[in-house]
Amino acid sequence: MKKLLILSGKGGTGKTTTAAAFIGFAKAEAFADCDVDAPNLHLVVQMDTKPEQTTYYGSQKATIQPEKCVGCGLCANTCRFHAIRFEAGRYAVNEYACEGCGVCAYVCPQQAVTLEADIAGIQALYRGKRVFSTATLRMGRGNSGKLVAAVKTALSEAAPDKELAIIDGSPGIGCPVIASISGVDMVLIIAEPSLSGFSDLKRILKTAAILGTRTVVCVNKADVSLENTEAIEQFCEAHGIPFVGRIPYDHQASMAINVGMSLADVPCPARDALQKVYAQTMKQLQGGAA
Amino acid sequence: MKIAVLSGKGGTGKTFVSVNLAVATQNATYIDCDVEEPNGHLFLKPEHIQANPVHTLLPDFNTDKCTGCRKCVDFCRFNALAFIKGKPKVFPEICHSCGGCVLVCPAGAVAEHGHPVGRIEHGAFGDVSVVTGVLNLGEASAVPVIRAALAEGLTGERHTVIDCPPGSGCPVLESVSASDYCVLVAEPTAFGLHNLQMVVEMVRLLKKSCGIVINKMEDPYEPLEGFCRQSGIRVLCRIPYSETLAKLNAAAQIAYEHDESSRVLFDTLLQRIEAEVKL
Amino acid sequence: MIIAIPVNENNAEPSICVSFGRAPWFLFHNTVTDETQIIKNPAANAEGGAGIKAAQFVVDHTANVLITVRGGENAAEVLLAADIQIYKAQGRTARENLSAFTEGKLEKLESFHAGFHHKQ
Repeated sequence: MKKLLILSGKGGTGKTTTAAAFIGFAKAEAFADCDVDAPNLHLVVQMDTKPEQTTYYGSQKATIQPEKCVGCGLCANTCRFHAIRFEAGRYAVNEYACEGCGVCAYVCPQQAVTLEADIAGIQALYRGKRVFSTATLRMGRGNSGKLVAAVKTALSEAAPDKELAIIDGSPGIGCPVIASISGVDMVLIIAEPSLSGFSDLKRILKTAAILGTRTVVCVNKADVSLENTEAIEQFCEAHGIPFVGRIPYDHQASMAINVGMSLADVPCPARDALQKVYAQTMKQLQGGAA
Repeated sequence: MKIAVLSGKGGTGKTFVSVNLAVATQNATYIDCDVEEPNGHLFLKPEHIQANPVHTLLPDFNTDKCTGCRKCVDFCRFNALAFIKGKPKVFPEICHSCGGCVLVCPAGAVAEHGHPVGRIEHGAFGDVSVVTGVLNLGEASAVPVIRAALAEGLTGERHTVIDCPPGSGCPVLESVSASDYCVLVAEPTAFGLHNLQMVVEMVRLLKKSCGIVINKMEDPYEPLEGFCRQSGIRVLCRIPYSETLAKLNAAAQIAYEHDESSRVLFDTLLQRIEAEVKL
Repeated sequence: MIIAIPVNENNAEPSICVSFGRAPWFLFHNTVTDETQIIKNPAANAEGGAGIKAAQFVVDHTANVLITVRGGENAAEVLLAADIQIYKAQGRTARENLSAFTEGKLEKLESFHAGFHHKQ
């Protein structure tokens, strides 16, 4: 299975829109949404089966038993994550800040602190002719990297003989992005032709390079600034990064997405451009070193 | 007044709104908490920048004092420690810097040293104090750098605008934690609405007051309008999609300084936020 | 010598697991006594650092050789520091791999993948 991951660095450049279009063009039967913080791909891929859902447990969280607590505050003073506070006459753990390290349980002289399993998210796997793996991380939970890895593993295990997998990634350069890059054959970066977008592009390119992954770049909403688009294209050329095309700003794109349609099914300038970007991307993916 | 600007979905205009609000306010502080991909500085172009590194702590093991009891390895819930050939060893990118191994060692053989994960840059643009958090490439966790940026920027009584990262995970929670009011920048699209719903849930859990700014609006997107009505959240303003603004943004120009209608818009938005905060 | 192999089942003919750190079981075969033990992998459900914990487990069982499909760089660091030789698995079952090893047909595993960075 060849895995193509779509990233951006900057948010809002068009990853999910592109992923949905590519899935249509390729008639892909395996795809995943690794943006577990804010998944959106399910809004545009119409699956006709109900998903299998799995609870995802993250790190444990500390709880203080009020009847044993004598209010010495040692836990709060030792906690490196500012996760324990004194509120309404007692010490309590903030589940959003707690990282489950166990130091508070260790130092408590009354043994009033325990660590409990914490549901950090839900994984969903749609299985049919097409396999779609996705997940949602619960509010303020960490371990997004592990959940991303779980989404990808679920896809590989459910669809081992599919030729191509399209993976919608997340913005940024941190943990979930690093986890999603691991083990993919190529990354397509959707860049935005603004100074912010260019700055963010450089950071995500360096991150992918640190992990030794092949990368190609395209520019979306290219006509908003032809000057910046040119600069990005030249930058890619200077650094030996294949530039796979430009997509114009197209009002019809968001109209299509809003009604849950992939651009692959909507005749419009963006679709025509995306088709060319898709062709170039596939050429790079198939032609590249394994 | 400390205003956090967040959105859930990326690319809706958090930096656009934060930068212009900071410029519209007198003597404001702007804190860029999107430490993975900070952009505010591209618009504000701060001068007289002082930079300070941000460190997390990693354990050091004194092999002379170590008795090989392995209590440190057994304690670590993150499996960041291994015991090889009679010595403990830490894997830095797995370590959460909780200090547990230091505490449990019966021989006092564990000390800690600082490991750089990012930096905080502090400069000025006119009367705006600009604080930017930057995460080092390859580092997984934004939270320590966000904490340091907030610590640097939230000293004193200045009005503060906090530019938050996208999403609704730990980095956003950390960025929003000290704010008095949240401005949610929404994009009138299906993706925008879906992610907005996630941040509204988060903001409610944190018991923060909030208002919505609808950005890049062409025609009203009824599902978003309906959601605002049903949730009872005030729409502070609707900013139309404009090619002029898109181009100014692409060139990292501050709309407030170059576009009359933007100046009026952000002055009004600021007044509305001040009125909401007083309530 | 003791040979360790990550496997999917605790039965007479276990198949080799593609993951090292999160394999459900580890098979340990003693070439001197010809005994085989299959033990649950304590790292199978670890939040993070699974490779490190699994490697520590293999080290603590005094294995001399590990046969695996792949492994992460953190696991490799632990194993190599403990002088454990790592070989690349072939075929589907543990038995096939033990025979292949004895016949000198297995090659050393030279490249290890980057960690998945499960820190939040």
